[in-house]
Amino acid sequence: MKVYFRTIKDLPVDEYYGPGQLTCAGCGPSIAVRWLLKAAGPDVIVVNATGCIEVTTTSYPYTAWSVPYLHVAFENSAAAASGVESALRVLRRKGILDTKAKVMVIAGDGGTYDIGLQSLSGMLERGHGVLYVLYDNEAYMNTGIQRSGGTPHFAWTTTSPVGSKLKGKVQRKKDIMSIVIGHHIPYAATANIAYPIDLANKVKTALDYLVEGPAFIHVLAPCPPGWRYPEEMTVEIARLATETGYFPLYEWDHGRIRFNPPSNAHFDKSRRKPIIEYLKRQGRFAHLTEEDIKEIEKEIDEYWDYLARLAKAFG
Amino acid sequence: MAVTKALSVREEVVKERLGLTSNYAAAYAVKSVDVDVIAAYPITPQTTIIEKLAEFVANGEIDAEYIPVESEHSALSAVIGAAAAGARVFTATSAQGLEFMHEVLYITSGLRLPVVMAVPGRALSAPISIHGDYQDIMSARDAGWVVMIASSAQEVYDSIIMAYRIAEDNRVLLPVMVSYDGFLMSHTTEPVEIYHEEYVRKFTPRNLNRPRLDPRKPITVGVIASPDWYYEIKYQVVNALKESKGVIKEVHDEFNKTFGTNYDIVERFMLDDADYVLITYGGASTGNAKEAAIRARERGLRAGVLRIRLFRPFPTDEVVNAIKDARAVAVIDRALSPGNTYEGPVFNDVVSASIVGELISRSFLLFTAYPRGRCSSTTSTIFIKCLMSTREPVSIRGRRYSWG
Amino acid sequence: MKQLTWKDLPIGGIIIEPGNARRNITGTWRTERPVIDQDACIRCRICWMYCPEPAILELDKPYVTKSGKKYDVTYEVDYDHCKGCGICAHECPVKAIKMVSEVTG
Repeated sequence: MKVYFRTIKDLPVDEYYGPGQLTCAGCGPSIAVRWLLKAAGPDVIVVNATGCIEVTTTSYPYTAWSVPYLHVAFENSAAAASGVESALRVLRRKGILDTKAKVMVIAGDGGTYDIGLQSLSGMLERGHGVLYVLYDNEAYMNTGIQRSGGTPHFAWTTTSPVGSKLKGKVQRKKDIMSIVIGHHIPYAATANIAYPIDLANKVKTALDYLVEGPAFIHVLAPCPPGWRYPEEMTVEIARLATETGYFPLYEWDHGRIRFNPPSNAHFDKSRRKPIIEYLKRQGRFAHLTEEDIKEIEKEIDEYWDYLARLAKAFG
Repeated sequence: MAVTKALSVREEVVKERLGLTSNYAAAYAVKSVDVDVIAAYPITPQTTIIEKLAEFVANGEIDAEYIPVESEHSALSAVIGAAAAGARVFTATSAQGLEFMHEVLYITSGLRLPVVMAVPGRALSAPISIHGDYQDIMSARDAGWVVMIASSAQEVYDSIIMAYRIAEDNRVLLPVMVSYDGFLMSHTTEPVEIYHEEYVRKFTPRNLNRPRLDPRKPITVGVIASPDWYYEIKYQVVNALKESKGVIKEVHDEFNKTFGTNYDIVERFMLDDADYVLITYGGASTGNAKEAAIRARERGLRAGVLRIRLFRPFPTDEVVNAIKDARAVAVIDRALSPGNTYEGPVFNDVVSASIVGELISRSFLLFTAYPRGRCSSTTSTIFIKCLMSTREPVSIRGRRYSWG
Repeated sequence: MKQLTWKDLPIGGIIIEPGNARRNITGTWRTERPVIDQDACIRCRICWMYCPEPAILELDKPYVTKSGKKYDVTYEVDYDHCKGCGICAHECPVKAIKMVSEVTG
């Protein structure tokens, strides 16, 4: 990652998103999108998958977007973006349009982990110069909190309810980064709305790499109604996700893996905050027993072990 | 005089005569219009179109981006993105592929994007069949596209050129589907006259003066609309499709003038004095219908054929005009609408047209028929049976319908 | 807004005015409002950075605090759009933002 913004004072002033979008108070994805656009600047075309951000920002006749914006459907944002990118490339080549616009997909976890995975994979395999940003609020929040492939193990959702036999989601969260990295694209990174400077630098870095091929950023973006916590806690919970090692910040940059602060210190488990600090603030985990929490801790340890092996091989 | 003039025009515009399948004819048409982005996924019987286009791109014969997408859903989605960015686009599919992109069909017309798509018609699974019928096209009938159905490879070539002109006209801005018989046309070689590119390019000027994604003038495309707005925006599509008929006729006239052809939105065959009218569409069915009409005339029955070339918007006036003096009308459909009062989809369109044309009170007979098996053997049989049996309902999946 | 019909609207449901969602006055959703104590505020930019709307305005408005400290910028709340989530107050490192009830405050 190249450092474009060193401190909070360096962050750009211009806004290209909102206000007036109909997101819930304290919306994590809204913070993510605001910073994606601020970092990218005006010369970008956004392709948005159906989801929370789409329905809350384009409620006719009002738009929250000050950059060109296209929404087609839920599962095809990567395909539509492939078309936009190819069009700009050929029209530039033919001298029909003079444009340097970059293409950015903004899609949620449902549109990425699940229904949109095929079109994402196709776009990555074909090597389109598109930045695909996943804002992950870990469930289908737009339709009212249903589980997705991005929902964590044990989390309550309306389709992974807490019943007498099954308590929350039975399966674990899909490792989307590994799937994306498996396409051997130039750049993939995780980011978190609690760390906007890191996020903005990753967006700028990714956009610079688009001449070589696709880039991917996975942004964790908590959802107050879906995760069941008071609205003012959005940033605190997001920060705890990284501080407890649940959501590490790292980059895959041309075949090398690099961990960003504070996650770079977290291979040492003692440097991670206890996972309970993250879990106890969220109603979706309110039913967890001590054993469940131990199980989650074990899963996080396993994940860090996997990451350590990756870091050793590709660091 | 007119014939001589057409011949001399033809001499000027035609570059060469090639033996082409309808699929290759489609690819050659796309090549001639300076297309920018092609996105497609292979499916029988569409595959040879996109193979040919991939070859053109690989050899530098077309300066276009060919996006080898991972599905038909993505094929139409990618050309939507490209068209929204200002590019001239093309895709093609058949059958299951058209069904897989079904959702996106409506989005294309709703977003008013001038996408052109070739669809060699094929039967829908299950059981799986790769052979030709029009069930796929009929399932896309209400998607707000202009739908043309060609009956020869030359017509496929010409229709795709016309399609770009229609789709990109600012009074239309709707997607256009050019359809034809799967296999019977898509894989059958016919002589096709290819035009000098300069004439085609001149006929299909690029329209950059339409809404597109441009950072200098940011627009939001693909909104969510409450019912108050939804129906206003959807009605624009309904109205634009209805109004497009005038533009389509205009484009036909100009095409005929430029290329010395003789197209109309319907084809009339021996209709002027016809007591018995057979209505159909596509290649094989029309060929057989014409043959049947000739044989019927040999038996002393004044028969004629009306071919629906423009299927959406439906040529209501032309149909009414063709059947208003008929004693009997038979519609040979190449698809079914199961569970409907009468199963033929175009039959139902003809009935609607009869109501519009106030033909209901007149006494004549209407038949609906769906050829079983390959169209070639049964169409003419059905027609002859229709004509001969004005008392008994027609057999072989045929049905008699009368009023007045 | 006057209800326009199909005859008046741009085609395709396209919105041609960028960022016109500003006309949605989402401030009416609020039950509590953030109030910034300009004297306590250290201009760290954190509230501005984390606001989802954005509804924290960074203004080129000089301010001198009671203790005599001079600042070139002032942070103010855009109450037309602030939904009252309270992230700003929660994240403020010096507790210079208070959430005040819209009804009793």
